Order: sequence, then C-alpha cells, then structure tokens
Amino acid sequence: MKRYQEIKSEALKRLEQERADNAPIIRITMSTCARAAGAEETRKAIEEVLEERGLTAKIVNVGCLGHCYAEPLLIIDNPAVGFPPICYYEVTPNKAKLICRSYFEDGDPSFEYVLGAMEENDLIPPVTTFPRFSMEQRIVMEHCGLIDPWNIDHYLEKDGYASLASILEMQPDEVVEIIDRSGLRGRGGAGFPTGKKWRFARLQENTKRVVICNADEGDPGAYMDRTIIESNPHQLLEGLAICAYAVGADEAIIYVRAEYPLAVQTIRHAIKQAEEYGILGENILGSDFSLHVTVFQGSGAFVCGEETALIQSVEGKRGMPQHRPPYPVEKGLWGRPTVVNNVKTLASVPPIIRKGADWFRSIGTEGSPGTAIFSIVGNVKHAGLVEIAMGTTLRTLIFDICGGIPNKKKFKAVQIGGPSGGCLPEDFLDTPIDFDSLTKAGAMMGSGGMVVMDEDSCMVDVARYFLEFTQKESCGKCTFCRIGTKHLLNILDRITKGEGKEEDLEILQQLAEDIKKGSLCGLGKTAPNPVLTSLKYFMDEYIAHVKEKRCPALKCRALIAYYIDLEKCARGCEVCVGSCPVEAIFTAKGRKKAIDQELCVKCGECMAVCPPEYDAVFKVSPPELAPIVERPPDQQPKKASGEK
Amino acid sequence: MKITVDGKVLEVEEGISVLEACLQNGIFIPNLCFLKERERPHASCRLCFVQVEGMPTPTTSCTLPVKDGMVIHTNTPEVRRLQKTAFKLIMSGHPCHAKTCPVGKNCTLMKIAKFLGVGLGPKPYERLDREMPDLIDFGFMYYSPYRCVLCAKCIHVCKTQNGKPLLTFARRGFETIVAFFQDPLENTEEKCINCRACTNICPTGALVLKDTENVEREDEAQTA
Repeated sequence: MKRYQEIKSEALKRLEQERADNAPIIRITMSTCARAAGAEETRKAIEEVLEERGLTAKIVNVGCLGHCYAEPLLIIDNPAVGFPPICYYEVTPNKAKLICRSYFEDGDPSFEYVLGAMEENDLIPPVTTFPRFSMEQRIVMEHCGLIDPWNIDHYLEKDGYASLASILEMQPDEVVEIIDRSGLRGRGGAGFPTGKKWRFARLQENTKRVVICNADEGDPGAYMDRTIIESNPHQLLEGLAICAYAVGADEAIIYVRAEYPLAVQTIRHAIKQAEEYGILGENILGSDFSLHVTVFQGSGAFVCGEETALIQSVEGKRGMPQHRPPYPVEKGLWGRPTVVNNVKTLASVPPIIRKGADWFRSIGTEGSPGTAIFSIVGNVKHAGLVEIAMGTTLRTLIFDICGGIPNKKKFKAVQIGGPSGGCLPEDFLDTPIDFDSLTKAGAMMGSGGMVVMDEDSCMVDVARYFLEFTQKESCGKCTFCRIGTKHLLNILDRITKGEGKEEDLEILQQLAEDIKKGSLCGLGKTAPNPVLTSLKYFMDEYIAHVKEKRCPALKCRALIAYYIDLEKCARGCEVCVGSCPVEAIFTAKGRKKAIDQELCVKCGECMAVCPPEYDAVFKVSPPELAPIVERPPDQQPKKASGEK
Repeated sequence: MKITVDGKVLEVEEGISVLEACLQNGIFIPNLCFLKERERPHASCRLCFVQVEGMPTPTTSCTLPVKDGMVIHTNTPEVRRLQKTAFKLIMSGHPCHAKTCPVGKNCTLMKIAKFLGVGLGPKPYERLDREMPDLIDFGFMYYSPYRCVLCAKCIHVCKTQNGKPLLTFARRGFETIVAFFQDPLENTEEKCINCRACTNICPTGALVLKDTENVEREDEAQTA
C-alpha cells in the first residue's frame, strides 16, 4: 500500500505540473468508432485553428463515451472563464473550427452545438437531464471517454490500482470470497459465477496457473470489449491482476482479435506503462506477487471466442472447440489450470473490491447483480454503448434511454445476444434484462450485442442473416453444426426467395431443435436460436413467405415488386428514369412513367428519388400485385435493342 | 464398478467411457470418430448418444466416463432421433456409391444405417454438394472429400504412429477436408506405403492407396 501511495502521489504531482498553466483542455473522443466518424480530421482542424489564431489549449485524446450516435464528441474544459466542461456533438472539422473560435475568442460557447454540460451549473443544461445519461449506471465504463487511456496517471488519479494495492494485503482466498459474495457472473454470455470459477482454479493441484482475458469479441454489431480496452485499458489490467493474484497465476494472456488494431496498441501501451510503474511484472507494488501479461492476437475466427477453441488457438493449433469436461480451469492452456474471463467481467472486479460485495449486490437483480453493457445498434435513435443496472426492462432501455425507433416507424423485434441469441417481439418488451429472464424468453444475454428492428425488417431474412454468419463461422468439426446449419441456411434461402415448401417449416423446426441438442460446442448449440425464436414468435411471416409467396415486411427481393401509380406520377417528370441502373423505367401513356418488371432489379432507387410531392412509386408483395404496363415498341431499352 | 445399460448390469473398469464399456460388453452404439487410445475424445460425429438417468438430455457416450451405479438407456426415442438426424446429415454430404466404393460390404455407415433402421439417403434433407473433385490426388493415395466424414482418426494415427503428422484438417466449416503435407527432403512415399495406418483406420474408404484394385479402376475410369 505504501508503494502504491508513492506511485499515486508522483502521478498526481505530474498531473498538477501539467495543469499548472491553467490552459483550457479540449478532450476529443478518439476510439475506433469516433475515428470512423471523422475524429482524426476534427482533431487536425482544431490543431490548425489553435495554431492559426495563436490560442493555447491542450488537446487530449480520450476513449469512447458510449454515445456513438453523436460522434465525434468534444469536451472543452476551461475553468478559468467560469464555464462548466461542455460537451459538443457531431463535431465535424468545420464545426470544430467554429466552436474553437467563438469559444476562445468571443467567449461564446456556441449553444447550438452543445450536447450538454458535464457538470451541474446555472448556465448550460447538464447532460444528466437526458435519460441517455441519467438512466445509465456506470461501473465498468465509469471513466470511459473521460480519461486519457494512454496515460496511466489519469487512471491513478481516479484511484486506479487502489483495489489491486488493497488485495495484495489480503489472502487470495479472501479475494475469491469477496467476488463470490458479490454474485458477479461471467459477462461473456453464459453467466457462470466468476467467484466459483476462481475457486475451482484455486483448488487445482497444479500451481502453474494461467489467466486469459477473452477479448475475441465477434458478434455482428457488438463492440463493448473493444471500447473498454480502447477507453480504459488499466481498469481491465487491474481486474486481470486481481484475478491472477486470487487464483494464484503468474502468467496472463489478453486474447484480442487482430481486427482491433487500436485496442491491441492501447492495451500493449498500457501494459508497458504499468510495468514501468511496477504495477505489473516482477514484485508488483513491492509485494511477492509477480505477473507477466502478454497480448495474443486472434486471427479472425469467431469460434475462437469459445474458450476451448481459444486455448487451442493460443497453443498454435487449429481453433476447434474441445469437449468439456475437462474444463479449462482443470486442464487448459498447455494442460495448466486456466481461468478464462471476459473483458467486462474483469473490468467489473476493481469497483467490487473498492466498494464491496454488498454494494455490488445492491445493483441489479438477485440472480444477476451488477450492470450489463450493451452495444445497441439498428433502428434506434441513440445508438451506442449503454451500461444499465441488470433488471432494467427492454422497453426502458430501447424507448426511454435510447430514444425509441426513428422515422416514426413501429418497433418490431429486438435481437439480443448476437447470432447465438434470439429475436424477441413486442410482447417481451417488459422482460427484465438479466441472465435468467432472457434465457427464459428464448434469447440470451450473450456478450452484449443488441439489434433493434423496426417494422421494415423481415424476420425470415433476419434469421437467414444470422444463420449465414454462424454457418460461415462453423469450424467444421461436428456433424450437427457443420452440415446441419448448412441445411438450415439452404432452407431459409429458399424461403426468402419464395421457393419454400410447406414441409420446410417442419424440417426447419425439427432440425434446429436437434442441432441445439446435438452440437459439440456453444456455437452450434446456440446457432439455431434466431431460427427457433423467429419461428416461435413470427410464424405468420414464415407462412406468408411459404404459402402466399409474400414478404409482409416488403424486404425479400424475390417476393416484391415496385410499380409507379399512373394517377400520382407527374407528367414529364424524369427523375426516376435517371436513377434506374438497368433502364427498366420507360415512358407510358400521357408522358408518365412505368416499370418494366422483367428488367427491374428491385433496388428501390426510383422510390427513393421520386419527389415527395408525387410519391408515386409503390412497393408490393407478392409481385403479382403490381399492375403490368405494356412497354411500347419504341420504348425498348438501348442495350436490349442493341443486342437484337 | 457397476453400471446398468438397458436393464443389464455390467461390471466395468474405472476410467473408461460409457461407449467403451458398452462396446466391450457387446452393446452396440453407433460411432464413427471414437478411438480408444485418444487422450481426449474427438466427439465430432455426434452419433453415440445415450440417455443417462438424471441427466436432462442425451449425452455423447464417448465423452462420458463411467460412474458406479450409472443407469443408461441406449435406445430412448430422443436418443434415436438425434442419432438418425446426425446420420442423415452425414449422408447428405456422402452420396453412397456402394458398387464402386472401396470399402465394399465392410462399410461402417451401412452397419449404422441397418442398426438405426434407416436408408442410406438423406431424406428429408436434400443432398449437399461442394465444389470439389470426387477424388483429390495425394501422390500415392487418393482422398475423397465426399466419402470422408471428418472423424479425424487418420490424423490421429498419423501423428501417433509416425511421430510426424502428415495429415491435417484444411479449410473450415462445411468445406473442411483432410489435407496431406509432404516433407520434400524425405521419401515420404515409401514410408507411407509401408505404414498405411491412415488408410487402414479410415471407416469410410475416404483415404485409399493407389495400388488398391478399386482405386485403379476408378483411376482408369477417370482418365478414360
């Protein structure tokens, strides 16, 4: 503890020196999501304008705030002028220049671009007036987007590594006991009690134990682990070190996918810094405990997120799952007892140690204490990362916190748990989000991917999409997953093309059930979930596809047709003609337009460009509903006539 | 140690799997990938399901160590349903050409079909095709991706009997095949022809040496 206090006070001294000039601080989000939204260009623009105008301000890169709908975000903190720290949203390079000029030169905080103030004040409404901020409860992501992930001092300033320092004075069993009492469950998807896993590892005779942090996040639309590593890597490292101390490991591996280059860089830098400070490596904080942390990059196979396949891959073998038992805690990497924990699980550990197991239990539900982190994407207004207390209902999360469905569309379904989860319809909106309730509903917690879908989504197509993913990601080892998912996908393909037979639905149901029961690993066991839940809750859509060859959501291309309403079409308007990539639109009687159904590829461009005052293009299913307009001989497309 | 299988009490040795115990005692459970000497069962064919009393769903018996007093049923409707589905799935990627097949009447798949009382076709599933040749030339032997059921027995014996694994899996998912790697500095061919562990253990005739009669015939048919 003494060594820790020294390290911390040195860090504080350095920060104090840095801030001695009282210069304004501009914090800009610089995680992968912000960079994708143009944060690098925005930063460059700020640098330019500061240089141009001779302004002094420090630019600090921070991680992701979780508000991905508003990226890139900027927080300007200038206590000297009496403004609270102000958060700006969707800051493009030009907007950044404008904000900087008016803020620093005219003393005008540009209210029109303000998302909110980061503190309570009398001038600007704080962000906490928005449910997206106030209804969240942040434990794991508490510091994400607020501190510089590349500077360990920032984490130390927030009492970082204090939990590690405190547990080094305890017996490992006491640490396991705290985690066990907190009721923390694995955040990787299955929800296995973390304390129990650690205890198993401690009970192993073999003392050459290993801890692996699983950051091989691969669900489509899920990016929680990446964001945590990019935004606050030290909280993860602290959790990892606590875990290693508790289970008696001196070696830890962080398994990150190679497709996360920024996360890999960030965590490597963080490890180096922590080692320099004596927080990792030999004799941590002056104690007898040593821990060597290495980063292992996964090569892109989704199945390597499954712990036994992950271990095979670290050993240099083909990433194929193994039968359990023996579980990795008994016989894992190189035959040694191995604790595999998810990023969010480990990052939850330091706050639990600091505030106690009872505090953690007071959040969330009886069976699932703590918080859940979701990356909410799809048809939802305020997409991004959300950390909420377990037990919050889906309705609260989607409608109150994330602002509901955009464009006045109706909610249709929510897909939870990625390709392994299920699609839940409106009736389930009042389901509390926790491990047991979601599993009961037929979905699963998964690692935290959540896709919200509006009325324009076809559930058969959604099931087909997820099946296509899992089928492609099957490792090819066991019969049910390798061949069974291929059959499921073929049948779904047929149905979305209008070639489905009535018996297909029965085969689909039976085969999906058998794959679930018969597969070797978690990937195969959960792959049929999107099919099973959509069959259960959206059977009418399947029947419409199979019996009436109709797609109720007007999504499946083979089952729809576009046509132009001659009553509404404006005489002489040519907008749609130019938009058509295949020359399917021709001039019919009265200089109005019509679509040649034989040529139409159903791209929907004409519908998108038709001026709103006419709104003459319609989409129907089945395609036979579209009125046929004869194409006059003098109106043949150029290509076709050329061929003749 | 005693276990009860389908009402019959068996005296079995400790440490073996339920599948092994049953096979030792003349109780057949369909299986393709089980190898006694393997340290960890491959558990990929998903045929050897049994129902243990007290367990919610059928379990693969190759992964199940025997426990004193275990009560096992090998033929519940649920067990049979999973076995039949797995078998039909295998057959949907394994078109049966009994007349030209090198395993002839010794076919493990035929034995399993007969045992389960099902045909050799994949119904109600359709036949699945892969964009692959019927036979892949491994130099001195042929590999048939359609006959192969990916039981990995060949890979295991190649590794354990030669110390130098020359066979391995390649590709992924539905496209997975067994591939062969040759050490260019060694006369692999001579060694392999003398060894034959892989071709001997293959349950479906997917790996055959070129000098076997059947393959020669196929070879001629192909070149003709």
